[in-house]
Formats: sequence, C-alpha cells, structure tokens
Amino acid sequence: MKRQASGPPHPAFRAFTRALPLTPASVLLLLFLAGPIAYCAYIAFTDLQLTGQAEDSFIGFDNFRTAFGDEAFLNAVWLTLVFTVVSALLGQNTLGLALAALMQRASKPVRTLVGGIVVTAWVLPEVVAGFLLYAFFRREGTLNAVLDWLQLPTQNWLYTLPILAVSFANVWRGTAFSMLVYSAALNEIPKEITEAAEVDGAGGWRRMWHITLPMIRRSIGTNLMLITLQTLSVFGLIWVMTRGGPGGRSQTLPLFMYEEAFQKSMIGYGTAVALLLLVVGSLFSVIYLRLLRTEV
Amino acid sequence: MTSPNTRRLAADAGLLAIAAAFVLPLAWVILSSVDPRADLTVKVPDGVTLDNFDAVLTPEITFTPMLNSLLLCGGGTVLTVICAALAAYPLSRFRSRLNRPFLLTILFATSLPITAIMVPVYALFVQVNLIDTMQGTIFFFAASQLPFAIWLMKNFMDGVPKELEEAAWTDGASSLQSLVRVVLPLMGPGVAVVTVFSFVMMWGNFFVPFMLLLTPEQMPAAVSINEFFGNRGTVIYGQLAAFSVIYSTPVVLLYVGVARRLGGGFALGGAVKG
Repeated sequence: MKRQASGPPHPAFRAFTRALPLTPASVLLLLFLAGPIAYCAYIAFTDLQLTGQAEDSFIGFDNFRTAFGDEAFLNAVWLTLVFTVVSALLGQNTLGLALAALMQRASKPVRTLVGGIVVTAWVLPEVVAGFLLYAFFRREGTLNAVLDWLQLPTQNWLYTLPILAVSFANVWRGTAFSMLVYSAALNEIPKEITEAAEVDGAGGWRRMWHITLPMIRRSIGTNLMLITLQTLSVFGLIWVMTRGGPGGRSQTLPLFMYEEAFQKSMIGYGTAVALLLLVVGSLFSVIYLRLLRTEV
Repeated sequence: MTSPNTRRLAADAGLLAIAAAFVLPLAWVILSSVDPRADLTVKVPDGVTLDNFDAVLTPEITFTPMLNSLLLCGGGTVLTVICAALAAYPLSRFRSRLNRPFLLTILFATSLPITAIMVPVYALFVQVNLIDTMQGTIFFFAASQLPFAIWLMKNFMDGVPKELEEAAWTDGASSLQSLVRVVLPLMGPGVAVVTVFSFVMMWGNFFVPFMLLLTPEQMPAAVSINEFFGNRGTVIYGQLAAFSVIYSTPVVLLYVGVARRLGGGFALGGAVKG
C-alpha cells in the first residue's frame, strides 16, 4: 500500500530489483568460472611451479615457445586431433545418425531396447565406463575372446593401438548424445516430404543424401560442435584406461596438461596448455553460437 | 520396391547388431559382479553369488565414498537448482537489454571445455584455502553446471504462461512469491529435469573431485573406485564389478525416471535445438 502512495518506483530502481535474482548465479559464475579463466590467462605467462620456488615471475610467451618446441606437446596435439576426428566426427556422429535413421523404421520394442542400451552407456559414470572398456580391450578381455572365437588375430589393444582403443571407448560412451540429437531432428521432418520423394522413385540412400541430410544440416552443425567440445575435454575415460600410456601414445592434451602441471610440478607450463585448449574451445563455442544465433 | 515389413526387419537387424557391440561391456560388469570367479572376459558365471557385493559393502569401500558423493553432488545440485531458478526468472519474465548478452555468455560458457581450467582452479583453490574442502568442491561443481542449468530452466520457464502470475501479482504477491508459489510448481517436470541432469553430471564427474579433494576420507565414489583399481596387480574383478554396479545404479535409475516422464531425448530438445 505504501508503494502506491509514493507513486511508481523509478525505472532504474525497478530494473535493479528485477535483476536482483541474477545475483547468486552471477557471483558463483564470476568467482568460480570467470575467475579461474582469468587466472589461467595470467599464470600461463608465468613460471609458477608447485614446490621449491619462492615467487613466480612473468616470463611472457616462453611457455608457449617451449610448448611448440616440445615433442611431447606436439605428440599430444596430434593424438588429440586423432582422438577427436576418429571418436567424435567419424564415430559418434555417423554412428549416432545411423542409429537414429534406423530407429525411424525399426519396430517399437527393438527401438526401445537398443535406445536403452546405448543411453545406459552414456549415463554411466565416466570412471565406470573407462573401467568397463579397459576390461573389454585388455589382452585377456572380451574383444580378444570374441576375435578368437571368430578365428581372427588377437592382440594387446591397449599396448599396440592405445589411441584407437580410447577412441572406440569414447564412441561407446558418447554416441547416445548424437543419437538423441538426430532422433529429435529426424522426427521433425514432415512425413509428406520423404513420402513424395519415395513416390518419385528415390531410393533410401538418395533420399538420405538429397533430402534428409540437407534438412537436418543445422542439427548436424550443432551436434558436431558439441561433440567436438565434449571430446576435447575427455580426461577420466583415458586416465582410467591407459593413464595416457604406454609411452605417451594415448596422451591427449588434457592428460599432457595434468602431467606437466602435477607430475612435473610445472603449473605455469601446464596452464599454458590449458589456455590453448580453452582458446580452441572458445573458437568452437563462437561458431556454435553463430549456428544458433536465431534462437536466442 | 521393398515392402515396409522387409525394411522394418532390416532396420531391426541392423540395430540389434550395433546394440550387440554396445551390450558386451555392460553384460561383463553385470555378470562379473555375481560371478565367484570373475576375470576380464564376459562369460556366464558357473554359479551366482552375492559374495562380491558382501565384500565391498563396507564403510571404507562403499558407504563412506557413496555418502561423500551424495553430499557433494546433492549440495552442488541444490545450489545449482536454486541459483538457476532465481536467475532464469528475470531472464524469462522481464524484457531487458541485459538479457541477450547474458544468455549469449551463458550459452558460450555451456560449451567451454571445463577440463582445461582444472589446473588454474587448483592453483586458485590453494591460494584461497579452498583446496581439499567439500564446500569448495560444491561451489565449483555448481558453477560448472550453472550455465547449462540456467539455459534449460529459462526454456522451461518460458513455457509457463505469464497470465497466471499476473493474477498472483494483483493479489499482492512479490516476484519471489510468485516464482515459488506459481511458476515453479507449474514447471515441476522442468525443475525435475534440471535437478536430475545436474546431479547425474556431477555424480559421474571424475576430474573435479580428483583435483580438488586430497584426503581419502572425503573422496567420492568417482575417485575411490579409481584408487581401488589403481594397484592393478591385485584387483579382484568381481568386487570391482560389484562396486561399479552399486555406484552406477542411482544415476541410471534417476535418468530412467526422468526420461520416461518426459519421453526420449528429454533435455536435449530445449538445449540443442538445431
């Protein structure tokens, strides 16, 4: 009642009270997300170490120069690229699309069963997934047992092809996401369009290539962006399966960053690597925002 | 032209073949957990036993880590959901020049690789004495989950008609009252999705507690299972499988509960419309 007597509140005051509920979230985000990112941008340019150092000093771009001359770093960049292309772009993306496309035609019980299995692999905790696939790829594990039964040559996958083993593990764990995105996208395509093409005599592959894929291209873009970002930051899965080994042959950038920062105590150097990952991630995020720009 | 029936059978066969590859690791963990002589290969156990579960259901192996997980992820989820609900309200209800930049920043943060900032977060936590504390880890968990939670919550809130709230305002309710009494109850399923999704994400996260917690007594199951597995020479696979089942069951059940209520690819509809 009092408020009515004193007239409507000043617009600036009203804007302020309206924005008030944003405070708790903003404070948390600034302190625990923006803060560390800013701090990351700072210590990447210092020689900060964990122990035995009185004070860190500013060393400019030295960490980055060191990185690009460091074979272990270049190896990690290469492995990250292989891991991302094999597991996200080729594996999760195409398998997810194939599953979604097959589900459009499959019978309901099969659809439910298969969807349930694939999604369970996705919901499982990261470490459990890593542990299951460690068992699967081990020399005495299930994969070799199956190959043996089929009379195919077996090998010690985690030793001979560690980066492929962790890539397949990531396909196993991550495909559900693409499957869900593509199922949603395919469900939105009006039935009449595909039926008309069918009447005109277009076969399954041609319909897929000329009609379905162009119609869901925005979903493809969004999905590729998101799974690339998720794959860039995979740590636990690889850590559990191989620890980045043997001999760094499955050491992607997050594992390299961890090793430099903690096992070798070079926080500054490790953070420089983290900053590079963040920059690459931000570039992808910006492209993602542009893909979505009409939505906000 | 092939008949629809043949095509359906072909699709079913294709799906089942892919699913067979997906199911092997899952079958291994379930069969091994009840197998008295479990090893690394999937096989039908000679006899079924609950000894593996018995052996791991001790305070050190199961109860303490699971309780820690519950505290960490429960605390993080409560904080995330409260902050996200509050933040989503003005974003959904009032027009402001700040909305668009705020939402774009949120969306940008949603897709940042959080793994990359764990090293600076560690360094920062050492400086402000938050390292090895439950509350520090909870705050970071909440912050890392908030962008996505705000985004989802805002999309769900947009679906609640404003007229219902205007009635409450005329009756003299404040914004906070109408949020709590009118809007949130009407978007119950949406709140449930945000809650379950945040919880599942935190429950499965390994790197955050692995970096920020040091004392074994505070470790959640995500990290303790790794310790269990760390000295690989002496791993008893049946017990490790039993523990994996215990640790995974809550999130699988929660996910199934929410997914069934909302149908299929629930949260993704609002999040990654393309």
